[in-house]
Amino acid sequence: MTGKSTTWKRRAGIGCLAASVIALGGPALADDVGHDPLEGFNRAMFAVNEGLDTVAIKPVAQAYDFVTPLPVRVGVGDFFGNIADVRNALNNALQGKLSDAGTDLGRLLINSTIGIFGLFDVASELGLEKHDEDFGQTLAVWGWDNSSFMFWPLLGPRTVRDTGGWVVDAYTDPTWYTLNKSVAARNSLVALSFVDVRAALLPTDKVVEEAALDKYAYVRDAYLQRRRNLIFDGRPPRLEDVMD
Amino acid sequence: MMNKLIALVFATLFANLALAQEAPDALVKQVTEEVLEIVRKDRSIQNGDAKKAIDLVDAKVIPHFNFLHMTALAVGKDWRKASPQQQQQLAGEFKTLLVRTYSNALTSYKDQKVVYKPFRMNAGDTDVLVRTEVHQPGNKPVQLDYSLEKLDAGWKVYDVNVAGISLVTNYRDQFGQEIRNGGIDGLIKAIAAKNKSLEGNLAKADGK
Repeated sequence: MTGKSTTWKRRAGIGCLAASVIALGGPALADDVGHDPLEGFNRAMFAVNEGLDTVAIKPVAQAYDFVTPLPVRVGVGDFFGNIADVRNALNNALQGKLSDAGTDLGRLLINSTIGIFGLFDVASELGLEKHDEDFGQTLAVWGWDNSSFMFWPLLGPRTVRDTGGWVVDAYTDPTWYTLNKSVAARNSLVALSFVDVRAALLPTDKVVEEAALDKYAYVRDAYLQRRRNLIFDGRPPRLEDVMD
Repeated sequence: MMNKLIALVFATLFANLALAQEAPDALVKQVTEEVLEIVRKDRSIQNGDAKKAIDLVDAKVIPHFNFLHMTALAVGKDWRKASPQQQQQLAGEFKTLLVRTYSNALTSYKDQKVVYKPFRMNAGDTDVLVRTEVHQPGNKPVQLDYSLEKLDAGWKVYDVNVAGISLVTNYRDQFGQEIRNGGIDGLIKAIAAKNKSLEGNLAKADGK
């Protein structure tokens, strides 16, 4: 009897799964954000990451946020932002956006010199717009537009495509080359960039905590929407609206 | 002479009409600046008085939102399965949730500046996107966009996008989960329970 009911439940489960797969595959929702075939694994990793964050990462970021005066934080942010312009230029060029790539190179030139090794973002003051590009976006522009969602410890949310993109980005990141001779200095810089990113996210923690019915799903869907927005450079096509 | 007078009368008339039908970008700007001005002067909101922030949002921001449309957008295709009464209940709970959580953002206000992006619309448009950007020292500017629709009562916001993330459609999957588990009523209950726990936090913070 129990065996029978489990089989039935399993069938019902498969039925639901099939229904949702069909629903996701429908043309109206082809763009939808529910691509999470590895949800079980991802939720486990999410829990691991939440634990790590609570005991180690968040306290460090909070301490950094607390002790670092604003001008220093701005300098650190601008410094990494300047290095990121190498990645922006490269990926804009790979996506065929040559004029944007030109802007990125101009920014890099100005900020590395007048901006004293990128510590000041003079280029933005001069009206050269800052972009946000990476190899994951380039792959999407090249046609890999839907990719399964992954949740990694430390790295956090990434799709399979964006995980690959991140590896390529790491290889093209000048931080890894210019400081090749001093492993300690390089590692400190990489760690600092992680802490800087985490510290910037501190104010959103409370909002996510309070807003989400299911924190994992909230973070996943926010990440996927955010990536979609970046891929379309801030102007993604509208999703279907039930009221129309 | 007479012609000039008539022209003048018509010009004033049209100007007044235009004011009554305030442009959507002007509306966003006016409401944003009004709210920020209040927060800038209000020490207790800056020090984290969530209740005061909620009252401010309720009074100044909410009248410009269409929560029924927002909720429909958040629920997706299951919206049509809900009875009119369930739709009203859902919209009420969803509104409470959004107001509670995002009023918090006002309490962390520090020197942010809102930049309004150039706005274009055609004469007959009834659905527009107003784009702004929040600038704060030490961080990248954050994109903040509002979708507005024209109703008889004027322009109403039905979606808000932060950094490309819709605060509304980001709920679609979570709402879908609740509806699969407990139907529309299950979803209403789940949001109500969430609101209740947030209210508990609010009371605790008050007691301190």
